[in-house]
Amino acid sequence: MTEIWYGLVKAVELIVSLDPEVVEVVGRSLIVSGSACVIASVICLPLASLIHFRSFPGKRVIINLIQTLFSLPTVLVGLFLFVLLSRGGPLGGLGLLFTPAAMVIGQTLLISPVLLGLTISALNGVARELIDTAVSLGADGFQVAWLALREARYAVMAAVIMAFGRAISEVGCAVMVGGNIKGFTRVITTTISLESSKGDLELSIALGIILLLIALLVNVSLSRLQQR
Amino acid sequence: MVRKVILSAALTLIVIGGAVVAVCTSGKEPQERLRVATTTSLYDTGLWGYLEPMFERRYGVELDILYAGSGIAFEYGRRCDVDVIVTHDRVRELQFVDEGWGSKRVPFAYNYFLIVGPPEDPVGIKGLSPEEALRKLIETKEGRFVSRGDESGTHAKEKSLWREAGFEYEVVANSGGWYVQAGRGMGPTLSMASEMGAYTLTDVGTFLSYKGKLNLVPLIDRGQSLLNVYSVIPINAQKCPGANIEMADNLVSFLVSVEVQGFISNYGVSEYGVPLFYPCAGAEPAS
Repeated sequence: MTEIWYGLVKAVELIVSLDPEVVEVVGRSLIVSGSACVIASVICLPLASLIHFRSFPGKRVIINLIQTLFSLPTVLVGLFLFVLLSRGGPLGGLGLLFTPAAMVIGQTLLISPVLLGLTISALNGVARELIDTAVSLGADGFQVAWLALREARYAVMAAVIMAFGRAISEVGCAVMVGGNIKGFTRVITTTISLESSKGDLELSIALGIILLLIALLVNVSLSRLQQR
Repeated sequence: MVRKVILSAALTLIVIGGAVVAVCTSGKEPQERLRVATTTSLYDTGLWGYLEPMFERRYGVELDILYAGSGIAFEYGRRCDVDVIVTHDRVRELQFVDEGWGSKRVPFAYNYFLIVGPPEDPVGIKGLSPEEALRKLIETKEGRFVSRGDESGTHAKEKSLWREAGFEYEVVANSGGWYVQAGRGMGPTLSMASEMGAYTLTDVGTFLSYKGKLNLVPLIDRGQSLLNVYSVIPINAQKCPGANIEMADNLVSFLVSVEVQGFISNYGVSEYGVPLFYPCAGAEPAS
């Protein structure tokens, strides 16, 4: 138990002193997972409205499939991407394996189902009358989708935060396609995993606390946003 | 208002994202990189922590070190995902070079494996030969044994010791709960053995650098079969045309250079009283 106390003390020390290694690792985590989140949002929000507002055969199946992929194991995404991006694999020529870009791709794949599924649920919560009114006033498909997304913005924001949380807290995919290379692809979670396996529990706990602080910060800003 | 906030938040994120893409792509081109997959024992002892900046300064290259057991290191090599590998598994290394994946095998350091266990030594293996000790462990099953179980060099050594002791490895691996397969690096395996009060096979370097955190003592440190040789193998350019062969060869010259060999022979002396590795400058150590 003493480790946890020392970890707390060390976390405060590392944060206050802006330890360069910690700053770098935390910065990289934010950048990688933030990019994955932005890319996934740009793809998934329009796609979710498309799925929600169009009716087509197999729609129910697709939504079930998306929801099943909520529990997509991170190592499975990692393995799939590793085989794809390895020099011996079909996309090996891009030279992306063991780079931050590969981690961004992996996390984007990982969080897309969550973002899609939760956005579709959010759109389900938008009052039918609002949509009907908009349509009767002559709104086109794009305008309707934009209106609905705006109407459901809190739930959509929550989906984005949730996706970001899944991205920044995963380790399986990051270590498989990033390789946990010091100063290049090492992020918070892979550092925790390596340092605790090396027996440096204090640094691991400190980084864990920083990860939770980031989550707290993100959530506080979200609820501040909702109160306005 | 809300809309403005959301919009500005989204814009900030996009700017950050754009910056990242810029950093990722621009940072990669001008900076030459060398990718090395290294056995976990060399990493866990902290040796790479010193060698990496030395090498990077001398050759102006970014050294990307992948922490991988020898088994994964060979696999990365066969997929051309690394430029050079550092392993300690003689049989598979020779095979790797024979099959044309590696251009040459250059031994640069060695030490010994140890069988370690709880200080009380419940099975009573202290002082036996490695083979006798394993035989006693499996026949009595009165103590647990933690195996790396990850196809690493240490795991390969363990398998060959079982063979020499007269047991098929398949039989050992399925002989009951006393035999634990960790599936992790050397350091974590030692921690696990310590927590369980179990025996395990370890390289002396990792053991010494973890000793303070472990409740384990060396019980068997003698026997020719315990020799542990570390080699560096550049990937063959014919099999992997994209590999950074020139820099991989630089790493080989670097590791066998007088300066680095001297550094390796002193590494750990001030901290542990004994060196963690012995240099062998390109030649197979006489066993």
